[in-house]
Amino acid sequence: MSYYKPKFQHPKLPKNSLGYTVADYDGSISTLCAGCGHDSISAAIRNACFLSSIPPHRIAKLSGIGCSSKMPTYFLGRSHGFNSVHGRMPSVATGASVANRDLIYLGVSGDGDTASIGMGQFVHLIRRNVNMTYIVANNGCYGLTKGQDSATADLGSVGKYGTQNPFEGIDLASLAVLQGASFVARSFSGDKEQLEPLIRAAMAHRGFAFIDVVSPCVTFANNVGSTKSYAATRDNLEAMPVDFVPMREEIRTQYKEGSSQTVTLHDGSIIHLHKASKDHKADSREDALMALQAADRTGKVLTGLLYLDPTSQDLNHTLELASQPLNSMGKDELCPGSRVLKSINEGLR
Amino acid sequence: MKQLEGVNDFVVKFANVNGTGSASANHLFAKAIFRMGVPVSPRNIFPSNIQGLPTWYEVRVSAKGYLGRRGGVDLMLCVNPQTMEDDIASVGPGGYFVYDSTRPLAPHLKRDDISTFGIPLTEMCMREFKVARLQQLLKNVVYVGALAALLDIDFSILKDLLSDQFKGKEKLISPNVHALEMGYQYAKENFTCPLPIRLDPSVIDAPHIRESQHILMNGNTAAALGAIYGGATVAAWYPITPSTSVVDAFSKYAERMRIDAGTGKRNFAILQAEDELAAMGIVVGASWNGARAFTATSGPGLSLMSEFLGLAYFAEVPVVLIDVQRSGPSTGMPTRSQQSDILAAAYASHGDTKHVLLFPATPRECFDMTVQAFDLAEQLQTPVIMMSDLDLGMNDWMSPPLEWDDDYEMNRGKVLDKNALDEAETWGRYVDVDGDGICYRTLPGTHPDKGAFFTRGSSKNDMAVYSEKGDDYVENVDRLLRKFETAKSYVPVPKVHDPIPVKKPKTKQKLGALFFGTSASPSYEAVEILAEEGYPIDVMRIRAFPFHESLDAFVHEHDVVFVIEQNRDGQMRQLIMNECHIAPDKLTSVLNYSGTPITARTIARQIRRALNATSADVVKLHPETA
Repeated sequence: MSYYKPKFQHPKLPKNSLGYTVADYDGSISTLCAGCGHDSISAAIRNACFLSSIPPHRIAKLSGIGCSSKMPTYFLGRSHGFNSVHGRMPSVATGASVANRDLIYLGVSGDGDTASIGMGQFVHLIRRNVNMTYIVANNGCYGLTKGQDSATADLGSVGKYGTQNPFEGIDLASLAVLQGASFVARSFSGDKEQLEPLIRAAMAHRGFAFIDVVSPCVTFANNVGSTKSYAATRDNLEAMPVDFVPMREEIRTQYKEGSSQTVTLHDGSIIHLHKASKDHKADSREDALMALQAADRTGKVLTGLLYLDPTSQDLNHTLELASQPLNSMGKDELCPGSRVLKSINEGLR
Repeated sequence: MKQLEGVNDFVVKFANVNGTGSASANHLFAKAIFRMGVPVSPRNIFPSNIQGLPTWYEVRVSAKGYLGRRGGVDLMLCVNPQTMEDDIASVGPGGYFVYDSTRPLAPHLKRDDISTFGIPLTEMCMREFKVARLQQLLKNVVYVGALAALLDIDFSILKDLLSDQFKGKEKLISPNVHALEMGYQYAKENFTCPLPIRLDPSVIDAPHIRESQHILMNGNTAAALGAIYGGATVAAWYPITPSTSVVDAFSKYAERMRIDAGTGKRNFAILQAEDELAAMGIVVGASWNGARAFTATSGPGLSLMSEFLGLAYFAEVPVVLIDVQRSGPSTGMPTRSQQSDILAAAYASHGDTKHVLLFPATPRECFDMTVQAFDLAEQLQTPVIMMSDLDLGMNDWMSPPLEWDDDYEMNRGKVLDKNALDEAETWGRYVDVDGDGICYRTLPGTHPDKGAFFTRGSSKNDMAVYSEKGDDYVENVDRLLRKFETAKSYVPVPKVHDPIPVKKPKTKQKLGALFFGTSASPSYEAVEILAEEGYPIDVMRIRAFPFHESLDAFVHEHDVVFVIEQNRDGQMRQLIMNECHIAPDKLTSVLNYSGTPITARTIARQIRRALNATSADVVKLHPETA
């Protein structure tokens, strides 16, 4: 593990449209194990924000507790972050997002944080369609407490100590599709070609965008027999490529009709996604579930954008919130004054 | 038999079945007395149920303006056969019993030391009204009419109140007025009206109440208005009795007062969370992001919120929590009142934590303290918990009117905006620049290059950089303690009243009494009773935790200090012992934890017992109403 992160950078690092280099999106040095899948996710988040030219300070990073939830320290050092309570990041994110609708919210969680202790909050976050990106770094085990199976560990998967997991794993992507999430994707930490555009698309999406990222734990679940090891994931990977073209940028690539589909987001950005089969539609929950089930039956890890509703309306819309962020309102907008109180008193006599 | 006498000074209790419309009729009765200008305090004693279980409504009328429970029942109105045996037994000797005589009173229930009045309520309504629901509902209005005759209630006020109540549903007014008249006529024709206990607005002993133009309102509504006026924009909650009506009322007022005139959009967000964990998480998230946010809960909700309260304490995020206290866990007793969350709130959460508590005693204070809670939470960057209870929150109280100073400015505390960050040479989130333990905060999205930091619980140094060093931790939690010291000068000071002159004191000991919240009204009354009996007691009403220095001094200046509260373990007493380093034998508990609010008679009796004093108070009290 490194303990020092050099500040030196190439003088000619490319700049994005805001004039930032990718280094401006760096965070502190990671303290995760060398080779941890989570570090690749951090890098993908950093690159995605750089490529999409998002001002770092307009992003708020939120996490729960666990190895995954330490990640936000390791990217976007110029963004505010909140390492909150185990399994409760969804509620903190919900409060933060209604308080200031103008920021971009990025939640990072793990399989323990989301699928066990945080399951209740997770499904309610989906139900409310909070405008945020929610990434689960999914390795099927508890890292900080040394390798216990988590609720997403596959049935029969073998942990570091040689025991088979006797329980059915919870599939967060299927759950998110079923529960009404408006953007559901799965990816693999080792597939940055797919993960980066997915994160960019998720952050451009209006509403709740979920990405379940298989992110192997090198220390406790990278052994033979583990279904979430690097080797097993690579062997069984069935990746559907995704391209993201932000608003205002020209589409340069020509896409073939058939196994791919182009979707335009609310802000004019375009996602080009490849589908599991020709008949699948990106905005069909049934198709998404069928594809996930089929992959699961054959032991495949199906990755890509599984479901997308580009017309989704978020919680701010449902609550009919004013366009001015609530946290910027003052006395004039909020306090009815003494005259109104006098009439209330009158009504109570 | 000597009948109880009293002008503007008696207790009426209604025994009903819940879900039968009795609550609004009983409220009509109490409100009419209020409109007559006679001090009145009604209390709903209700089950955790929608329909069919016993429910009571106790109305105290007090010429002197005592608003706490006195104890005892002078007139019982009983329309619930399920509880009649207990209800009739609870009437004090010389008292009055009014019942539905459609079914005759069982012979074994008859008492010869009280006056009994039978009114065939069911029979009269069956005969007079055709619709089944009206037959049931109007029974309640008939007995209000009868009480108007028996107690001399101004009939025109009752009619006015009915017109107010049914504004927009005018066709309901005439059957209601008719029912009132039926009861009134029946009483006039069959009984000697009025009774020796009766109302007379011309002889009121409490001019302060008339002059200050009192209102009648419950504490939860007042707290909700406080949240509106205090600038709360985010409310997150999970339904739980008895706090539910806080957010209900907030919603009602916000829909009226917080709609943007230009766009019709809302300047507020209300989120009904999946549980109290999430409700508090939403508040923490919104407050972290700079909005004024609050939640309201009761007992079990406080337990669930404890985890986040600890995080908010360590991460220094403002939180406003309105805890409407009730009896303990599960269902049933939780619809009864207590002050039993004191320790759970003061030290909520794991690790070393202490929280700022406010103790309102009137609806007016619920309003003022809620506004203040938002200021305190942001000034101190910490959770502030307002400790109301069911009695204050859900019952109507006569209260001085709510007042608002239009010059009020929200105190947002030490928050650095973009300009301040531009000017700042160095900044660290947890650096105690001013020495008061309160550091400078930044909000997400404020500045492109400066002020970003990672909010965490315990592992950090004063620059908000991750640290597991013992020294960093110690420095941080010691500063939090310094901040708690600072809080002492920010929170409301205790209320001290001039002692009541006692001509020939029966004791040489210096006596003091400490109380708070809904224990205050009956405590003031008990102290007056005991002063008349020769026991002068100095009083101090606690209004906040951390305790003001004067509380320490008060305890040390007295030989015996009674701590009057509504829980089993003397929780406030324990908190005082713990925080003020006072020996246990200095503080004597006066307690009631039956679920019904503490009475002046209970307090006086317990203090007498502690002083080995005898009493002229020989009224035999039924345990339920004592």
